[in-house]
Amino acid sequence: MCTVCGCGEGEVRIHGGDHHHHDTGHGHDHHHEHGHSHHHHHDHGHGHGDGAQHYGEGPAGVSVPGMSQTRLIQLEQDILSKNNAYAAENRQLFAERGILALNLVSSPGSGKTTLLVKTIEMLAERFKPCVIEGDQQTSADADRIRATEAPAVQVNTGKGCHLDGHMVGHALEQLPLVDGGILFIENVGNLVCPAAFDLGEAHKVAILSVTEGEDKPLKYPDMFAASDLVLLNKTDLLPHLDFDMDVAIANARKVNPQVKVLRVSARSGEGMEAWCAWIEAARAMQLAGHPAGEAAQ
Amino acid sequence: MHEMSICESILGLLQEQAQAQNFSKVERICLEIGPLSGVEVEALKFGFDVVMRGTLAEGARLDIIEPEGTAWCMPCGQTVKIEQRFDACPECGSHQLQVTGGGELRVKELEVN
Repeated sequence: MCTVCGCGEGEVRIHGGDHHHHDTGHGHDHHHEHGHSHHHHHDHGHGHGDGAQHYGEGPAGVSVPGMSQTRLIQLEQDILSKNNAYAAENRQLFAERGILALNLVSSPGSGKTTLLVKTIEMLAERFKPCVIEGDQQTSADADRIRATEAPAVQVNTGKGCHLDGHMVGHALEQLPLVDGGILFIENVGNLVCPAAFDLGEAHKVAILSVTEGEDKPLKYPDMFAASDLVLLNKTDLLPHLDFDMDVAIANARKVNPQVKVLRVSARSGEGMEAWCAWIEAARAMQLAGHPAGEAAQ
Repeated sequence: MHEMSICESILGLLQEQAQAQNFSKVERICLEIGPLSGVEVEALKFGFDVVMRGTLAEGARLDIIEPEGTAWCMPCGQTVKIEQRFDACPECGSHQLQVTGGGELRVKELEVN
């Protein structure tokens, strides 16, 4: 388990409805490597008791006087390549089925779930959204989403601080995905770790509530650099705060010059139309050239 | 941020390679970690020893190459050095920078037995 932020393996639980899936961290395409080569390693001693001298048995398969058989392997492999492979599988599934997947990231308490509930209410009739909810514990958020009648799967990461491509792959198996639909992935409330883990989504959307302070994009630059859209949420509270909207937006652009910013309030409804329009546009991009998109026209 | 799970990913990668390339002991591992990768090198070193204990990489030497963070500055039209994602261009002070290097998070090479 991680002493820095609590990441660890083996404590992930995925539950949707009454199904409890206890995941112990094995791959969902189950690559098991069989056929072990029985490699007997002898450090020294060239005798086998048969009187013969064997020099070619080390890992290098050859003996050079004065040199150890330690090998140098040039690997040049991404440490997160395994996660990226799972994410690529998810992304391919989304592409094949014309599904727009959005990864919603924020700190805890930014109003992600409330915003999502409102968004689903506005989009449900047209797009049949599905939801993957990530939290360390409880299925409270998935229950809130299910109250809107949108299918939701809760992933409990246990001590983990982020969703990864593998967890999402498993969660997808449990959702009644609709071709041409929308999938919202509500990541664990954390502005640090989820930035590095690709889930296969089309866009990361960072949600920053105005109660959090304008300097958050500078304090957590990786997340804002990885996001395509920032939602400044809870704008209905602005009259009670000293929050400087322009400074917040300027800070976000310092980290990510291309980032788009929308001001929204899930409570008052301000900006929700613009947010839904952004989703529709993103969906249209995802559907370009896909049969589900052509059928809808 | 999540140095321990990064170490676990490295261990997984080592175990895979051990099967594929027939080795049983890792003597040295060389990582490349950029300043913009989001990984704290000191925390990674700490996590490395803990995660590798009792595995094929127990006691392995950990070398870390830390490449520079670089970005393409649009107004200047040149590559400049940066240390943080929110740094301004050291030449012109603009924030219109496209990060081009420093996000590396890779296992570069292994010395194995």
